[in-house]
Amino acid sequence: MSTTTSSRLEKMLAAGHFAVTSECGPPRNCDGSVIEHKANLIKDYVDAVNVTDNQTSVVRLCSLASCIRIKQMGVEPVLQMVTRDRNRIAMQSDILGAASFGINTMLCLTGDHQSFGDHPNAANVFDLDSIQLIQTVKMMRDEGRLLSGFEMKVRPRIFIGAAANPFADPFEIRVPRLAKKVAAGVQFIQTQCVYNVEKFKTWMNLARDKGLHEKVAILPGITPMKGVGMARYMQTKVAGMDVPEEIIQRLKGVPKESQSEEGVKIAVDTIEQLKEVEGVRGFHIMAIEWEEKVPEIVERAGLYPRPVVNGNDGGSCATS
Amino acid sequence: MIKAKGKPLDDIIRMVEGYKKILIAGCDGCVTVCEAGGRKEVEILAAALRLYFAQKDAEVKIDETSLTRQCDMEYLDVLSDRMGGYDAVVSLACGAGIQYMAERYADKPVFPGVDTCFIGVSLERGVWGERCQACGACILADTGGVCPVARCSKRMLNGPCGGSSKGKCEINPEVDCGWQLIYNRLKTLGQLDRFECPVDPKNWATSRDGGPRKLVKEDVRI
Repeated sequence: MSTTTSSRLEKMLAAGHFAVTSECGPPRNCDGSVIEHKANLIKDYVDAVNVTDNQTSVVRLCSLASCIRIKQMGVEPVLQMVTRDRNRIAMQSDILGAASFGINTMLCLTGDHQSFGDHPNAANVFDLDSIQLIQTVKMMRDEGRLLSGFEMKVRPRIFIGAAANPFADPFEIRVPRLAKKVAAGVQFIQTQCVYNVEKFKTWMNLARDKGLHEKVAILPGITPMKGVGMARYMQTKVAGMDVPEEIIQRLKGVPKESQSEEGVKIAVDTIEQLKEVEGVRGFHIMAIEWEEKVPEIVERAGLYPRPVVNGNDGGSCATS
Repeated sequence: MIKAKGKPLDDIIRMVEGYKKILIAGCDGCVTVCEAGGRKEVEILAAALRLYFAQKDAEVKIDETSLTRQCDMEYLDVLSDRMGGYDAVVSLACGAGIQYMAERYADKPVFPGVDTCFIGVSLERGVWGERCQACGACILADTGGVCPVARCSKRMLNGPCGGSSKGKCEINPEVDCGWQLIYNRLKTLGQLDRFECPVDPKNWATSRDGGPRKLVKEDVRI
């Protein structure tokens, strides 16, 4: 299978291996060593590391700067970009800047509304939405043009990702929306955390009915629970999250000091079950402020060592 | 009032092509004042559509009406007896009226016959100007009665920018610099001290940015 970019994630998927990604959230200050420390914890266990873009609308050290830092450490970043805070001028500019530093993988998101974050009085932008951002990156890469039509001498070569939530309500809209992202040009999908494996399978069945699994690589999201408190919080307070009661009961069934170990076990079991689902091409392991657990989960899930992949090394920019 | 302008006839034809019984519904409110969607404009649009379909030998019934307002259910209800006789509606009300029509007659396709533009004033016959963006937190007391949100192209709260020249905006010499207007007005009022006082970042949560808005006036609720 040929690749469109030099993205390690793309090469891993093209080679037919289960891909493994994870994420690092930058700090709420300008201490760049935080992101380096988090990346160091996981770098040998994942193919690429997502860097969140002011997640939950809380101001943090910017995703692009963080991505450049970890790229310079030899770690492959996935630049997350939300359309909430920047218009098409700023976003295209950031994409060019990212590619100039060798960043070759992006996750295109609309982003949470700013009312959830630390600046609820802020104006929002939403000049584009996630699907239009996918189209924009694809146009820049495949046509070598900006949205204005301007032809670039050197174009960015970026492997394009987006998010999907198989559990959001109403369920019937979820696969058509995935289809829309595929039509826009998305190449990989990282999903909301999977706790309800049966519902995920139903979503994948519907995606397969439309042949979407052959057009986009789907990486279900995996987040280990630290304990009953976190599970209950995710179940009741986080919109679009589906935590079945049996997950809570399983955590409750062990002593408090063993709950985090049980959470890791659930994560590993989930990965094992999902490996059998046709169309699952890898895993996006988000251990929120618990990055040190990622290596253990990857190892226990039989995903370590990470395969070495070769191929397209044309860089993150190409002459038109 | 809300200002709107009629959509090009070709756009409206594209929307209604294929329907056989079409109601053109005007509104006697704002869109009548700005001559975009009142009885007169309903009549003109209906005549143009009839002509178009006649030239194509298509048998299409085009009826006309105009409601007191399309932003109140009680006036939309007036159509309930007749609506069964139509398979599409072109509403010439503002965006709010068009949507309320679609809400009231949920099984009818309702098409927009106008583009809703802004909240503004009549400058001269046939010319309207924007004055308000409904930000939900009026600052006119501090800006000499001239709104920088609506009238500065950058909606600066501490203008003017360096692009202001001879009282005009950098985007177009036809556009007044909102901040020049504010400055002039504060000067006239003897309130230039306000101009030198930095204005803090605005709370945009009361504006569109905060999500769809709803007003409740408890003392008049039934």
